[in-house]
Amino acid sequence: MTATALPTPAVAPAARARIDRDDLLMRIGICVLIAWLIVTMALPLWTLLSKSFQNQHGEFIGLANYIRYFSTPALFQSVWNSLYVAITSTVIVLPLAFVYAYALTRSCMPLKGLFQALALIPILAPSLLPAISLIYLFGNQGFLKDLLLGGSIYGAGGIIVSQVFYCFPVALMILVAALSTADARLYEAADALGASKTRVFFTVTLPGAKYGVISAGFVVFTLVITDFGIAKVIGGRFNVLATDIYKQVIGQQNFEMGAVVGMILLIPAVVAFAADRIIQRRQVALLSARAVPLLPKPDTRRDTALFVLCAVIGGLIFGILAMSAWASVIMRWPYNLSLTLKNYAFGDFDTNGWDAYWNSVLMAAWTAVIGTVIVFAGAWLLEKSRGFAVGRGVAQLLAMLPMAVPGLVLGLAYIFFFNAKWNPLGFLYATLAILVINSVTHFYTVSHLTATTALKQMDPEFEAVSASLKVSLWRTFARVSVPVCLPAILDITIYLFVNAMTTVSAVIFLYSTDTKLASVTIVNMDEAGFTAAAAAMAMTIVATSAAVKIGHVLLTHRLERTTQAWRRR
Amino acid sequence: MSRLSFRRLLTGAVAVAAAALLAGPAFAQKTKITVYTALENDQLGPYKQAFEADNPDVEIAWVRDSTGVVTARFLAEKDNPRADVIWGLGASSIALFDSMGLLHAYSPKGVDQIKPQFRSPKAPLAWTGMDAWLAVICYNTVEAGKKKAPKPASWTDLTNPAYKDQIVMPNPASSGTGYQAVYAWINLMGEKAAWEFMDKLHQNVAVYTHSGSAPCVQAAKGERMIGIGFDMRGAREKTQGAPIDIILAKEGAPWDMEATAIVKGTKNLAAAQKVADWAVSKKAYELYGKYYAIVGYPGLNPAPPNYPPSADAAMAKIDVIKMGQEREKILKEWTKRYDSKSAPK
Repeated sequence: MTATALPTPAVAPAARARIDRDDLLMRIGICVLIAWLIVTMALPLWTLLSKSFQNQHGEFIGLANYIRYFSTPALFQSVWNSLYVAITSTVIVLPLAFVYAYALTRSCMPLKGLFQALALIPILAPSLLPAISLIYLFGNQGFLKDLLLGGSIYGAGGIIVSQVFYCFPVALMILVAALSTADARLYEAADALGASKTRVFFTVTLPGAKYGVISAGFVVFTLVITDFGIAKVIGGRFNVLATDIYKQVIGQQNFEMGAVVGMILLIPAVVAFAADRIIQRRQVALLSARAVPLLPKPDTRRDTALFVLCAVIGGLIFGILAMSAWASVIMRWPYNLSLTLKNYAFGDFDTNGWDAYWNSVLMAAWTAVIGTVIVFAGAWLLEKSRGFAVGRGVAQLLAMLPMAVPGLVLGLAYIFFFNAKWNPLGFLYATLAILVINSVTHFYTVSHLTATTALKQMDPEFEAVSASLKVSLWRTFARVSVPVCLPAILDITIYLFVNAMTTVSAVIFLYSTDTKLASVTIVNMDEAGFTAAAAAMAMTIVATSAAVKIGHVLLTHRLERTTQAWRRR
Repeated sequence: MSRLSFRRLLTGAVAVAAAALLAGPAFAQKTKITVYTALENDQLGPYKQAFEADNPDVEIAWVRDSTGVVTARFLAEKDNPRADVIWGLGASSIALFDSMGLLHAYSPKGVDQIKPQFRSPKAPLAWTGMDAWLAVICYNTVEAGKKKAPKPASWTDLTNPAYKDQIVMPNPASSGTGYQAVYAWINLMGEKAAWEFMDKLHQNVAVYTHSGSAPCVQAAKGERMIGIGFDMRGAREKTQGAPIDIILAKEGAPWDMEATAIVKGTKNLAAAQKVADWAVSKKAYELYGKYYAIVGYPGLNPAPPNYPPSADAAMAKIDVIKMGQEREKILKEWTKRYDSKSAPK
């Protein structure tokens, strides 16, 4: 059935009028989405990136900045360095995350919940945390330094290890979404035809998850290439494009050249968008209306192997976290290792003290709620509407762009746009609201891809049937799409919450006296040499996000009994 | 502990003030002014408290970040400024703002009392200096003992092969601190000799950091033996118990000044002027002296803990305005020589 699901099924004439009205409403919805993305992303970005064609007095000078930039020899090195780091990290992360996701969704290994929680730790933590841990472990004073055999953690190696740690949960999230829905009938058929397990994996499992794998690949690649935090701390002399932006903007206040590098960094996103379009044309819904959900069957050998692998990966992640936990209670690394809790008295290190923490919690909560509504409704409109190809294409491209924009660029872009005298939205500037809008935009793409992956696996027949039963689209949305996708929706909420708790690069330009965030104080404290206090604040954030995540797991558990019963037989 | 109780006191004071406001309209409303700063966090509380004690009708709201971030943010906001006053930002950044016409010139009351080099060139003044900090060598005695490396006394000593891969300094393209060092070397040694010195120094530098604060912090942690950074950071690390010596190189020290200026177009000019006035009062300089060894008021010779002996004389001759003009040219040369050789270490 999957292969023959028609894109536009015949509809009873009686339902025609209703569909036209629904169709119109959906088109309006898409236009609203486009307007939102233009105001919160495209316009701000353009106010900054257009500077790449201007000189410092704002006069148009064509491509002169680009020519100047490309004639600098250091640049090519940065381009290659960036590509090298991004490709290597992607190649390492993808198989690891795939196997891990496979173990979580398709095996009967024990302690799945624990492993899922462990894997999420890296996104619960501010990016400075793995960097601090790695330096304590493998830096020149690190106690596992000898494992490097005389090598150094500073440079490409350190960047790749940190990036793998950091991108793993993001790839995992997309792959779990891709693997958690499967039609058991396909496996039964394969079984009945006597296909070997390997063959089943390559002809059924992998093609079914193909879309997720490719999305995850592009996401990891783009995340690595745009991140400057890790490269800044642990990159040593290894220059990448994102640190070049930092040099231009923070080091020399040269916004024009920073904009040039920002433009270059948009290329991967545009490529990802094009690739996404091509693959999407071939993607077929896996969960047809007649599908039978797949339930993994125990298989001792497979389950044991996967368990060991997950234990190793989970153990490494836990080790990095544990290192930071320890760092947060040390008196003075590496000369005085006695333990203390005074690093948690943040008021001694930063005037905002614990207030910054509460600002962060409030900001993250708003980001999670508002972001989830916008992202999921938006993804649903784009997936389930028919026709209006132009509007959907534009919205789809706009949704893919935020990922390619380094936070630094987005933050500055927000100043130029929202602080402009002519902008009627100027009242938002220097409020908590602008931090929320900025964070929703900054983390839009991954949330959007998660929602899209989940929605794509739903057969359009659901809508067609609803339509022929004269059930409005909105009711189908509320009664079918939302409940079926609830796990993915909650994943998005959590993703937005934890990222808003840890984000630094964009908000560093946007906070005001009353809205200083915990993540910013971490950077400030680390720069001032209060590494232990920085680690302590990072651990406080991890603990908060972990608590929220545990609440999420418990909730999901209950919901699974009420809304996901259909997945069981 | 005193800071905690101070916070409580402050909260109490604010609560009382709020209650007073509610109680009757007889009390005038406080003017809240936004002050951009790159001062250290532990200075913000005392400065605010001392200023507000003398000016009860003005309330300071700090926006603090590192020098690079504050400078970039201020420039990005220049068409619609959000700050009323800048109090505690590098003079090189403030001179840049002045050259772009972003400051409100004002000669604060009593400014003729302060040292001449702490006043901007033209009257009325665009900015006034608060304190100066010097670039020093932070030398980790424990790590040096392990490797039996001698104690350096001058910049040229740092080219000794014994320090190979043991030195860390800020990348001048990312950090104003790094650029000041390079510019000062060129002034102290002459252009040709300075580049030759940096060629040799480059052989010993393990990493050029992107943050100006990092080198002394790394030296204090023993991550590297030697960090080229600013005195105040080194002194603080030492006070916290780091095994470092803070050395003033004998050729002379690069420095920058922290300065105060009023932002052009501020809606709270009267209150902003009160800050500018207070920032050059003797009381203010005594307060700066708790953190810095060199302040702009003659006759005060503060000695904050663990500073190298106060050394006005050590300051290299630097023209802050010329330093800004030559930045692009010098960075281009520096980047060509050292930054493109990005061999991972």
